Amino acid sequence: MADRPVPVVEKRLMDVKLGELGTWMGGRDFTPNGLLSSVRRGYERYYNKYINVKKGGIGGLAMLLAGYITLSYVWEYNHIKHDRWRKYH
Amino acid sequence: MTMNLFNQFLSPTFLGLPLIAIALMAPCLLYPSPAPWWQSNRWTTLQNWFIGSFIKQILSPINTKGHSWALLLATLMVFLITLNTLGLLPYTFTPTTQLSLNMAFAVPLWLAIVIMGFRNSPTHALGHLLPEGTPTPLVPILIIIESISLLIRPLALGVRLTANLTAGHLLIQLVSSAAFSLLLSQTTAASLAVSLLLLLTILEIAVAMIQAYVFVLLLSLYLQENV
Repeated sequence: MADRPVPVVEKRLMDVKLGELGTWMGGRDFTPNGLLSSVRRGYERYYNKYINVKKGGIGGLAMLLAGYITLSYVWEYNHIKHDRWRKYH
Repeated sequence: MTMNLFNQFLSPTFLGLPLIAIALMAPCLLYPSPAPWWQSNRWTTLQNWFIGSFIKQILSPINTKGHSWALLLATLMVFLITLNTLGLLPYTFTPTTQLSLNMAFAVPLWLAIVIMGFRNSPTHALGHLLPEGTPTPLVPILIIIESISLLIRPLALGVRLTANLTAGHLLIQLVSSAAFSLLLSQTTAASLAVSLLLLLTILEIAVAMIQAYVFVLLLSLYLQENV
């Protein structure tokens, strides 16, 4: 089964070989519009896979909340690393 | 621990970017927009049911002219309830613990309602300052008292929300640190503290939702008098 040859920049990230990674990164659209459209595409992919299904479960929402918790932890790490159980060790 | 008890309420920044911006955007990202087809997914159906029943209940005592406030009240309710409940997750930041945010919600909305009332029917609005059937000697004092109560409403709205949420978060932090430090040495005391923590968490979830509801309910009440 031979696949049609596709230009490198149009391949999805998982199909890009390691050696072609530089070309792929160089060819992507990093303008603000391009970034926004990639964010929107990612959002739509997540939404249509986990939330916009007839019998969506708690998993779709739970993954979002878990991501929010990790993001908050990363954001507050510089603050939390000073927490101590005792004043003097 | 006493030194960093209030540190959880400081607005955290990362590389200069404040987390409060992301925390304020989180409610927008969590709610799917309604689809044009008849049968939508479970989350959209749930969301539609919740907003529909809430608006039906809160707008029932208000006359037709006030129904244009439906969008604002629904948005406010959903926003506040999401912000409050998301703040109960670990490591997250609750923007509604900041007095500035709550006053920014309370003062403009209250002021808009009062100005609208004075503009549409000034005698009716001024008449609210004197309850019916007061004995004549009490009238001057009562007008002063009623106007003070009118002016204190935005302060009460903002401070009520802030204080309830801040107190809840503080209690959770205190009880959990007590339970954790007692865990190895005095296990019975620690188990009592853990059960208290469980009850407290359930209370906090309830308080988070109730406070949002109370905020919007009081606003609708003020709207009812003035529209």
